[in-house]
Amino acid sequence: MAFSEAILSEQCLEQAKGLVKSIESGDENAAINHLREISRINETKMFQEIGRLTRELHDTLVGFGVDTDISVLAEHEIPDARERLSHVINVTDQAAHKTLTAVEEAIPVCRELEDSASKIELQWKRFISRDLSADEFRELSREIGGHLEISADRYAKIKTYLNDILMAQDFQDITGQIIRRVIGLVQDVEDKLVGLIKISGSLDDEENRSEKNPVEKVLEGPQVPGQESATALKSQDEVDDLLSSLGF
Amino acid sequence: MKILIVDDFSTMRRIIKNLLRDLGFNNTAEADDGNTALPMLQSGDFDFLVTDWNMPGMEGIDLLKAVRADEKLANLPVLLVTAEAKKEQIVEAAQAGVNGYVVKPFNAATLKEKIEKIFERIEASQ
Repeated sequence: MAFSEAILSEQCLEQAKGLVKSIESGDENAAINHLREISRINETKMFQEIGRLTRELHDTLVGFGVDTDISVLAEHEIPDARERLSHVINVTDQAAHKTLTAVEEAIPVCRELEDSASKIELQWKRFISRDLSADEFRELSREIGGHLEISADRYAKIKTYLNDILMAQDFQDITGQIIRRVIGLVQDVEDKLVGLIKISGSLDDEENRSEKNPVEKVLEGPQVPGQESATALKSQDEVDDLLSSLGF
Repeated sequence: MKILIVDDFSTMRRIIKNLLRDLGFNNTAEADDGNTALPMLQSGDFDFLVTDWNMPGMEGIDLLKAVRADEKLANLPVLLVTAEAKKEQIVEAAQAGVNGYVVKPFNAATLKEKIEKIFERIEASQ
């Protein structure tokens, strides 16, 4: 625009010089022509200015659209993200406690088996080296019997605790999915902010402006307490009922 | 019995793998999305597919559809294990021909029950 304005000023100056010359030489017709030309140049300038204002108005309207997206982000998505992240804390907290509880329960059981086996082993070595009296051997037999009696039960218990620890690790999948969504939101906020900065910084940079709407998310990932979808089922039982109604 | 476990989270794959081992299924392989899983299914002799739904690349539902559309794999039993709990999705999976649907987080007993049910049905229909 600056370039075309310079051309127009140059044309204006030329006409003005011509006008002065025409008046000095008394050429009335030429003077009138120069005056007409000057007013035409002015009109051109006015139309250019109207064009510029129109474009600014258009840019502002486009910018307003971005602003609306930002208010949706601020009013809904960011509080949602806060709840999602709080849920992540709860889920990881539960997983850690579940794991710690299983470890705390399993360790005494291991110790009991270890103590019992060590005691038997000590006596067994004496028995092998024929160092055991008949009474002590009877005692050893009782102990071996007792050890075998508790073993199956204690190992089953340990296996249950290990299984609890295994299942507790599902938090990584659940929280990973939730955090991925929040990362997506942060990306959205970043895009919108960059869009805003571009609007306030330069009105001509229309092409680069982010006009991307948040991607329609069909999949919702794990349901977050307090934010459940209207059609989300609440338990495996409800899922089973739905499937059986579908002929499963 | 050769089983393919498909999930983008390696921790979940390990959990399912361990639970399956506990149920006596030792022959398992893993894939992290549908795009990796499909060629494995096509070239391997898998008897059962356990897959997540929401994965980057090819999603579980599309993998299920691809399996049903593949002449060689069409009858492969498929169990979806997913956090997606919306009614529309469960209906979509049912329509696509899923054999079982387990919602995460799940427990070992639920997984066992669903797998047993799937095989009972297959045996009954044979």
